[in-house]
Amino acid sequence: MTWTRKDLLGLEELNKEELELILSTAESFKEVSSREIKKVPALRGKTVVNLFYEPSTRTRVSFEVAAKRLSADVINIATETSSVKKGETLIDTGKNIEALKADIIVMRHNASGAAAMLARNLNISVVNAGDGWHEHPTQALLDIFTLKEKLGRIEGLNVSIVGDIAHSRVARSNIWGLIKLGAKVTLCAPKILIPAVIEEMGVSVTNDIDEALAKADAVNVLRMQFERDGETAFPKQLEYFKQFGITSDRLKKAKKDIIVMHPGPINRGIEMSSEVADGANSVILEQVTNGIAIRMAVLFWVSQARDKDMKNEITH
Amino acid sequence: MKEKVKILDKEGIARAITRIAHEILEKNKSTEDLCLIGIRNRGVYLAERLAERIKNIEGVGVLTGALDITLYRDDLALISGQPLVRKTEIEFDINGKNLVLVDDVLFTGRTIRAALDALIDFGRPKSIQLAVLVDRGHRELPIRADYAGKNIPTSKDESVEVRLEETEGVDEVVIIAKEIK
Repeated sequence: MTWTRKDLLGLEELNKEELELILSTAESFKEVSSREIKKVPALRGKTVVNLFYEPSTRTRVSFEVAAKRLSADVINIATETSSVKKGETLIDTGKNIEALKADIIVMRHNASGAAAMLARNLNISVVNAGDGWHEHPTQALLDIFTLKEKLGRIEGLNVSIVGDIAHSRVARSNIWGLIKLGAKVTLCAPKILIPAVIEEMGVSVTNDIDEALAKADAVNVLRMQFERDGETAFPKQLEYFKQFGITSDRLKKAKKDIIVMHPGPINRGIEMSSEVADGANSVILEQVTNGIAIRMAVLFWVSQARDKDMKNEITH
Repeated sequence: MKEKVKILDKEGIARAITRIAHEILEKNKSTEDLCLIGIRNRGVYLAERLAERIKNIEGVGVLTGALDITLYRDDLALISGQPLVRKTEIEFDINGKNLVLVDDVLFTGRTIRAALDALIDFGRPKSIQLAVLVDRGHRELPIRADYAGKNIPTSKDESVEVRLEETEGVDEVVIIAKEIK
């Protein structure tokens, strides 16, 4: 299996072998974070630019830590304080970053497809850190990595995704990745938060949380994104918790070792109870740790592919 | 690529490992603070075999670890194939230890340079020694082996292949000549 992509835009375009390569490389990278000197020189001399058009702390910090553990230099651009405010287009911003001789842009943007557009227009690598409602590939990869670490496999697992599916790039990337790796995916949410033709992706849908939990080996609980749509589209928060919130009582009816995941930040008492969030089934903080290893693997492979492109340009 | 000549067979490899085990003990005087670190991939298996021999001789085991140097290579951007990133597993503190790095073939010395960088990120060992099954010459860096199973003068056009039971199903060392196209 040869990795040839200079960009990581989503999991839809990756095949099973590419997904498995990232997951197995991440296993090796995880060891680096357990050392006293948490650094390897693999990306020494490379510059990674975090270009975030949406507020994000955990994803940005995770990418920053990952890049630094590979010895890359990291520059963070928050668009609130940049020329984007003066009306600069996305492609112009990208070309300026390329002119600075940066090597990788990690971008979060509120428009679906923004990362793909930037990647088409630049020679340097682009890693999608979330584009609109479209994809958030590294989040799904770290979810899948955590699952595989806990349960030893992905093939044949029953994974339920609960919450705001309609507005969730995390859900979409997880569905692509899990299905390609042979898991069975069930989505569970109020009807209004499930996109109309989502079954075409090869998933089952239910509106009954107990049904979603009954057979599940793992449940991935999405954040209710009140900041995106305003509260009116949702049942009231309390009502949501009553109908869909993950509680200890609900988990008692599920498999004893069910894995509970959440991409964070958690709304305690809305998506799940504190008891569950901090309980024995929760792997939420391990997801954060694993995110670094996954992002190290992604930065490493896109950088490798980009170096190879450059070498070919010189020889041809 | 065509096979040219077999340098070591199963017995030859076994004898070389036994001799190196004795030399390591002779030089270090005891197994105290002695640890073996194999360089992935084949060095790991050679380190395990050495540890077993040392245990047979001294009756005391030594710690072994596995080192992957891919991320420390100086030619990551140059190699044509895809690098394989494997796991480093050193589950003990290397501070103050006498480490013996173990690899199959010593050639340019660049792998060992990378291994030294990697090891030093784990701590400050008291000493680092180098054991290889085959030293084929053509060094590009000031590095030498403390223990060598066999010195084989080679031409740069040839390649030396170490095959082990654990990886290839057979114990042998062969020189392979590159066919001229």
